[in-house]
Amino acid sequence: MHRRIGKVAPSFRARRVTGCLLLWSACLSFASESESLVVRTTPGKSGGDLVIALRAEPKTLLPLSAVDASSKELLSLLHSDLIHIHRPSQQTAAALAREWQLSADGLRYTLRLRRGLRFSDGHPLTAEDVAFTFRVLLDEQVKAPGRDLLRIRGRFPAVRTLGRETVEVTLPAPYAPAERLFDSIAILPRHRLEAAYREGKLLQSWALNTSPEEIVGAGPFRLCEYVPGRRIVVERNPFYWKRDSNGTALPYLDKVTILFLPDQEAELFRFRAGETHLHGRLTARGFAALESLPASRRPALADLGPGLEQHLLFFNQNDAAAKGLAALEAKQAWLQDVRFRRAVSLAIDRTGIARLVFQGKASPLAHHVSPGNRLWHTAIEGLPKYAPDEATRALQAMGLRWKADRWFDATGAPVAFSIAVNAANGEQRQMAAMIQEDLREIGIDVSVVPLEFRSLIDRVMQTLDYEAAILGLRDGDVDPVPQMPMLLSTGRMHFWRPNQQNAATPWEAEIDRLMELQAAERDLRRRAAHYAEVQRIVAAELPFLALVSPHVLTGAHPDLGNVQPSVLAPYLLDGLDAVFWRRSGRTR
Amino acid sequence: MSRRAISRPVLLLVVWHAALAAGAWLAPHPGNRQYREYPFAPPTRIRLLDANRGLAWPHVCALEPEPARFGAYREDCARRFPVRFLASRPGGGIALMQAVAPGSLFLLGTDELGRDVFSRLLLGGVLSLGCGLSAACLALALAAWLGSLAGLLGGLADAVISRGAEVLMALPILYLLLAMRAALPIQSPPLTGFLMAVCLIALAGWARPARLVRGIVLSARERGYVLAARGFGAGSFYLLRKHLLPELRGVLHAQAAVLIPRFVILEVTLSLLGLGVPEPASSWGSMLANLRQYDVLATHPWMLAPAAALTLSLALFGHAGRWLEVEVQEKA
Repeated sequence: MHRRIGKVAPSFRARRVTGCLLLWSACLSFASESESLVVRTTPGKSGGDLVIALRAEPKTLLPLSAVDASSKELLSLLHSDLIHIHRPSQQTAAALAREWQLSADGLRYTLRLRRGLRFSDGHPLTAEDVAFTFRVLLDEQVKAPGRDLLRIRGRFPAVRTLGRETVEVTLPAPYAPAERLFDSIAILPRHRLEAAYREGKLLQSWALNTSPEEIVGAGPFRLCEYVPGRRIVVERNPFYWKRDSNGTALPYLDKVTILFLPDQEAELFRFRAGETHLHGRLTARGFAALESLPASRRPALADLGPGLEQHLLFFNQNDAAAKGLAALEAKQAWLQDVRFRRAVSLAIDRTGIARLVFQGKASPLAHHVSPGNRLWHTAIEGLPKYAPDEATRALQAMGLRWKADRWFDATGAPVAFSIAVNAANGEQRQMAAMIQEDLREIGIDVSVVPLEFRSLIDRVMQTLDYEAAILGLRDGDVDPVPQMPMLLSTGRMHFWRPNQQNAATPWEAEIDRLMELQAAERDLRRRAAHYAEVQRIVAAELPFLALVSPHVLTGAHPDLGNVQPSVLAPYLLDGLDAVFWRRSGRTR
Repeated sequence: MSRRAISRPVLLLVVWHAALAAGAWLAPHPGNRQYREYPFAPPTRIRLLDANRGLAWPHVCALEPEPARFGAYREDCARRFPVRFLASRPGGGIALMQAVAPGSLFLLGTDELGRDVFSRLLLGGVLSLGCGLSAACLALALAAWLGSLAGLLGGLADAVISRGAEVLMALPILYLLLAMRAALPIQSPPLTGFLMAVCLIALAGWARPARLVRGIVLSARERGYVLAARGFGAGSFYLLRKHLLPELRGVLHAQAAVLIPRFVILEVTLSLLGLGVPEPASSWGSMLANLRQYDVLATHPWMLAPAAALTLSLALFGHAGRWLEVEVQEKA
């Protein structure tokens, strides 16, 4: 028996050694022929597991059909794009595309892929996969939700391959932020999905119950395990295309476990207890609670300043007569007067809102571009301003009459309005209560109407039956172009008066003109000048009153290295490929 | 159990509600007044000893916010302010007690916007309990009327009322209230908001007692004295008024004991979700909304005051309900 084992064992060992050598030589050959991206972060140590949390269970594993934040965050770990927005600097950076050129007419992008790219199953990633990705994304029959994001002046780009590693993308019109369009378009494996595409079942592919081996991408991790309702585990992708300056392949982490914690408080508890290692969406209260922990238990906390989220108060500027809203029509004599909006703006204590509602972790705003948008924010001197006395004078100058501590309009009706607010949003309810008190101080009665969110949106966008409302907006990118549905008078997100045929006011027409100009302008300085003018118009005409922008607050385990928080979503996950444990043997 | 001992909870219930109502009238601060320099200020200590440890007129020390930490304060007893009882309240009315300006007196601390929790607790109690009481009265009136009609008239009227009640009972009451609230006019002052909440809760809550009433009327209308009255030519409404409604008294009392706390909880839930009586009016539910954040619970325990008050109220209602049950059984 022993002799037999003795005979078998060397042969088994020999096979294992041979296997390892073969794998090693395959990796070496992959390394030698590939053009890996060398990251400039601190070189770290490989190994260790990480636990993070998502607010909800992802809905899909197919990037084409991902619309919810959780799916997008998970898929950002499994897939890569051609050109990526580097979140901390907010600038575009090379990703799967090693380099790219733009033709003189600004219409044709020629992108060259890195050599030796492979998907997580080892299959080569070529220009054919890029062309396949765009083909399915732009195919009307597929009905991919992201298709409309590529629409430029009503038409779509055309993509063709120029050899194994080169693709050409032809835009229908010059488009200033075209490079940013490539961000988050996950390059799909043609060899895995083409059959489903041909059968017309692409959007049904890669559901949550798909076997993990079937899910293939070019991201830093690949799917390892999915336990419905509890967790997803992703493991290191051995074919990932990034290395550190020492030549160590990224990612450093062996595994990342993603828990589903729909409750904000539960997420904070788990992070505080050290059961999760990153938190990219801390509330001001959660941040303060973690700050008060003893130094030995305190995570590495970062206040990145104002983010791209903002809270706005706006008045209904729609044609109330056409909608048969008589009560609103009577009030629009002053709701549509910029002097009234200015007076309200002057009466609102934004600093107080930032201090009380966000415990000082928010910044007052003068217009819709938050200071967190480092590339495009224009500061306007003296704004925002809190001056209740000036507000009172402005109301007087409008011709409103002061009687018994209240203002009355020309018809003798009291100047009073209601603010609709999302009942489930405690912060917005508090803001509304503060605005109510601020305006009561200057003689304007405000009633706060908390509504269920869908009914609030229905009133603002469909029935138009409201007087004023508070909404929160979160921009996905810093570029001005994604703001166009909100700023253009024809836009469906132009929430104070959506879907106009022709601009209702001269200043809205001017914003339309400037936004169209900047979208087609390739010279960055001229673009910036156009957009700065838009910001000045918004600050002067006040179609909405920008209130505050909450700070982006993040936390990370103190032993983690290379954590790069940013004000752009997904806040902490974007640089996860370079994150490493400073102490070795950190496994969970 | 003696009758006097059993009735004690009812007495306590009445005293508790009377105290709340009187307290609301004498609230130290207007409920919507925001002292923005004092967010999450802790309950103020009323001192009876002066700096030399001698007995002194009740007074408070100055409260100084710590600039570095939000919601942290220190007392500066070098500056003391006497407390005045039944003094005039800022914004009109009489306050139970007030610190002489610029001192501040917050008996149960302040909330995130610097509003006095004690004053809001009193005002919110009147609103939450008043809403439950009014909604229960309205729902019982509707139930008595519609249930009697269904039981007495039978036929089509019975079918319509009974099926309507079944539909209402099948719907989840909270979602029904949310849908009803969304359909109502947007502009409503607090009083209208309060009345709307009362009407909504009553409209959603009459069905169950109405079915009980219908059952009792159905059985009572076959009794000998009712048949005799009918034989002598008594009309339906005469029968209802003279013979059937008195039969319902016990059931309606027992239902009131069940419905009032249930509707109080419903109003609290609606306000907790932000869909009850709108700002600036306070309700126990809207005051409890902040407690969904654990750090508020951990660091500002005085924010739990509405939960304690609600628990006490519900316990008293429970005892009162038991007393009513015993009363009815004794009569039977």
